[in-house]
Amino acid sequence: MTIQTRVIFAICYLILCPFIIGLLDGFDRKISARMQGRRGPSVLQPFFDLKKLFEKEFLTANKSQLFMIRSYLCFIVLSGILFFAGFDLLLVVFSLSTAAMFLILASTSTHSPYSAQGTHRELVQIMSCEPMELLVAVGFYLAAETFNISEIIAGTASPYIMYLPGFFVGFVFILTIKFRKSPFDIATSHHAHQEVIKGVTSEMVGKEYAMVTLAEWYENGILLGIVGLFFLTNNILSVIGAVAAILVVWFLEILIDNTSARVKWQLMLKLAWGVTIVAAGMNLFLLEIIKG
Amino acid sequence: MSTIHKSPWLLHYDGSSCNGCDIEVLACTTPVYDVERFGVINTGNPMHADIFLITGGINSQNADVVKQIYEQMPQPKVVIAVGTCACTGGIFKECYNIKGGADTVIPVDIYVPGCAARPESIIDGVVKGVALFKEKAAALKASEKAN
Repeated sequence: MTIQTRVIFAICYLILCPFIIGLLDGFDRKISARMQGRRGPSVLQPFFDLKKLFEKEFLTANKSQLFMIRSYLCFIVLSGILFFAGFDLLLVVFSLSTAAMFLILASTSTHSPYSAQGTHRELVQIMSCEPMELLVAVGFYLAAETFNISEIIAGTASPYIMYLPGFFVGFVFILTIKFRKSPFDIATSHHAHQEVIKGVTSEMVGKEYAMVTLAEWYENGILLGIVGLFFLTNNILSVIGAVAAILVVWFLEILIDNTSARVKWQLMLKLAWGVTIVAAGMNLFLLEIIKG
Repeated sequence: MSTIHKSPWLLHYDGSSCNGCDIEVLACTTPVYDVERFGVINTGNPMHADIFLITGGINSQNADVVKQIYEQMPQPKVVIAVGTCACTGGIFKECYNIKGGADTVIPVDIYVPGCAARPESIIDGVVKGVALFKEKAAALKASEKAN
């Protein structure tokens, strides 16, 4: 991969990611509404929400919160640039973890009990997802013998899903949690009348909340990119298959969200670890046997 | 073009309501009425809310709570009193602990009468509230520019 292509991919990610993920979010709300027998808002609704949040008055309990949130956004964007410009997959995972730390710092900088409760949930969430994210990087290393994303793609004629089906299942499972879809009592949720209110984002007002939303869109872009990585090969046409796989996974997440409305975080923790150990563990074991 | 009115997030607070109006407010979010088609989200957090929907009268215990919720909401914001009790105190008006309607503690913009208020009239009130929200946002922007 030349430096020019890397720069072009990074710029494309920076500009296009919020539009694509925002639009997917809009369609998500429309499809969810249809599944519930409602009309639902316009597909542009996520953009209206974001714009409004930037226009609202800015109130904050602690000025350092804004700095933390800006850092959160920056680290997520940095991870995305590293991913889409084809750098190290392991570095992307670590950079995402660093970003999550800034979100936790931002939410604990205020003294709201809801933020504190939300932070606790967020930590549990990280605990359930992080092993799988790391294992995905390890899986790609075992299959491709490199962490470098451009080399991972260039070095194969058949998609990695053939070597890493267990990792794929485990990763799609934790995506439900990473997209903040299920469980419903997770750290941030749009459902009123639950004990954590808005969890980590409870004390984030106006532009702060807008930046967190934007950061989540950028993060979702990376996560869907990793889904695509399972299907990409050195053949340029494999992009079509990767996009199709991303859309299928995205629809699956909406379906899971609408059919498991009352899953709680205790079950999330047990299931996420169970699936990680069984699916990814077995895959890892078999891959080692085949290689060895 | 301002699109601020396309994303009004609601906060619903039950003062000392008999729950009649609360049920009707929740009915607005069900598939039959689907208030989300206007971009409304029923949020539980005053800091993210644009429209404060209050049901039931104000008594000595909840007066401070209502004031605090109102103060926690960032500008621009709109207050809608839903139901006769929230408008005037209703049949509880003469009770020793009741102060009256929501306007005894915070400024109310829109009054939706009814016992209980019908979902149609609540949606009508919300739509009027959204129009006012747009006006208030424009006024806030103008005053920020002036400063």
